[in-house]
Amino acid sequence: MSVVGTHGEAEIERPPTGTAAAPETPLRRLMADYFESRFATAAFVLLVTIIALALLAPLIVPQNPYNLAEVDVLDSRLPPGTKGMAGYTYWLGTDGAGRDLVSAMLYGLRISLAVGVVSCLIATVIGAAVGLIAAYVGGRTESLLMRLVDLQLSFPAILIALILIAILGKGVDKIIIALVTVQWAYYARTVRGTALAEMSKDYVEAARCLGLSHARILFRQILPNVLPPLIVVATVQAAHAIALEATLSFLGVGLPRTEPSLGLLISNGFEYMLSGKYWISFFPGVVLLATIMAINLVGDQLRDVLNPRLKR
Amino acid sequence: MTAYILRRLMQTAVLVAVMSVIVFFGIHIVGDPIWLLVNPQMDQKDIEAAVRALGLDRPIWEQYFHFVSGALRGDLGRSFIFGEPALTVILQRMPATLELAFTALVMAIAAGIPLGLYAGLKPDSWVSKTIMAGSIVGFSLPTFWVGLMLIMVFAVMLGWLPSTGRGATATYLGITSSLFTLDGLRHILLPAFNLALLKFSLVIRLTRAGAREALQQDYIKFARAKGLSPRRIVGVHLLKNILIPVATVVGLEFGNLVAFSVVTETIFAWPGMGKLLINAIQSLDRPVIVAHLIIIVLLFVLINFLVDVLYTVLDPRVRIGAKAA
Repeated sequence: MSVVGTHGEAEIERPPTGTAAAPETPLRRLMADYFESRFATAAFVLLVTIIALALLAPLIVPQNPYNLAEVDVLDSRLPPGTKGMAGYTYWLGTDGAGRDLVSAMLYGLRISLAVGVVSCLIATVIGAAVGLIAAYVGGRTESLLMRLVDLQLSFPAILIALILIAILGKGVDKIIIALVTVQWAYYARTVRGTALAEMSKDYVEAARCLGLSHARILFRQILPNVLPPLIVVATVQAAHAIALEATLSFLGVGLPRTEPSLGLLISNGFEYMLSGKYWISFFPGVVLLATIMAINLVGDQLRDVLNPRLKR
Repeated sequence: MTAYILRRLMQTAVLVAVMSVIVFFGIHIVGDPIWLLVNPQMDQKDIEAAVRALGLDRPIWEQYFHFVSGALRGDLGRSFIFGEPALTVILQRMPATLELAFTALVMAIAAGIPLGLYAGLKPDSWVSKTIMAGSIVGFSLPTFWVGLMLIMVFAVMLGWLPSTGRGATATYLGITSSLFTLDGLRHILLPAFNLALLKFSLVIRLTRAGAREALQQDYIKFARAKGLSPRRIVGVHLLKNILIPVATVVGLEFGNLVAFSVVTETIFAWPGMGKLLINAIQSLDRPVIVAHLIIIVLLFVLINFLVDVLYTVLDPRVRIGAKAA
């Protein structure tokens, strides 16, 4: 019994449940399981809040930190809670260029999340495709692809990312390419493992006997059943991608100055840190930490909920 | 065993060759390092002379073969920036990095195993739950930010420890290290702790999982039935079996620590290979980047090999020769 996916077209002949008044869809059961833990619920709420703050940033914050007309250099490096020239209070202080830190952070969060999510989605698609194909085709293709995956996974992500950036150079697109390259192998390995297990099951055999096309078996029958582990890996990897991007940006080999993600904000604050101006690095770091932790905690709970072996 | 080592060596050679091709050709696609090296006031003739001196006027495959024939003789090219052989530049900085990674690993193990063991033996106590929650925080903490905060608190606010650089070194038993001087220890404490945090959570989780699994095994039940003291059961029977997976993973993670020391070294201005790599990437110092990568690949292969050997020593059930590696 799969947890999230339906067995292809199995919904036509779903056995009558009859017990509950509302039909128990997989999604509803999943949600019920997930929100059983108060801790995980809190993590979910935190994550949703962070995403909402990032999406709504232009509506919430007092200034557009990258519109020079709104930023006053005379206000630079003010400690948290100071009232600025423009009349509003800088609750978390200002950075070296006089930008309101709250505004800069939320704009930075947008960039960090966007880069993380986009790279994660591309890596998911590539990794899942490679994993499915490897499992389905088998033979030489499979062992070649999996050799590549093993080889890549035996090196630390940051090293591969650094080398790629040394080759590709800086830029948003380059960073995304590097993050995708670092991540795809995890998806490929997970998907292949699960797909191999699924392929030995009767419903795939049945689909073959019905003479369905390969593409249909792969994408309509096997893929939905591979989704649960894929979702778990994707959450964990999204957190990794965000952390890695921040690290690279901090090292000065990541995003360019025109796209100030949280990592760059922290890096900018580094030079003021030794003179005791902690807030420029501290608060963006807290936001980064909260984001990564919320994603990790949600991923942790999803792993438990989506794992049929842990079913109570 | 000999056949195993030979096969391993051949795989390594192929791996290094493939990597060198990818990086060498890849790195030549981007940018022309000559513009970073010559004075903009130089005239065309001098620039051409510099290009020729560095061998950059040759077709790329010729440059590659030149590089390979040099590499086979132990010459990985000259650093554009330092003017010294790239290998020398890297090897000079290697001890500092290894020292940092080693200290971090020891710290992670020394703190991680007892905590993980406790969490595994008493999974329901609130202390264990705190440890496990803490390990999630440890997973999530961005290394570079923690490094900054450590400097902030211990160097800037409290003024207890120096914030940057490596301390004085001393030579003891033929090993030169900053671990043998008080000044050196004071300098290494913060960066090593910063790097250790990365693996700390991993060691806790591994030990805990190992302990919980081992507790179900017959030999533990038997030891209990025999009336052994709990201390002996945990300290001898349990610990021995937990250490096998921990040693394997931790060994493999050593390479990871060396790679991640790039971040720590940058923050704490630690004069190691990681900082060198970042500088080389920023200044397009191709020979150093290529040489660095080759050394890292060799280091990884060596670590993996040592871990495999260690594994057979620790676990007599595993025989290397029988493995289709």
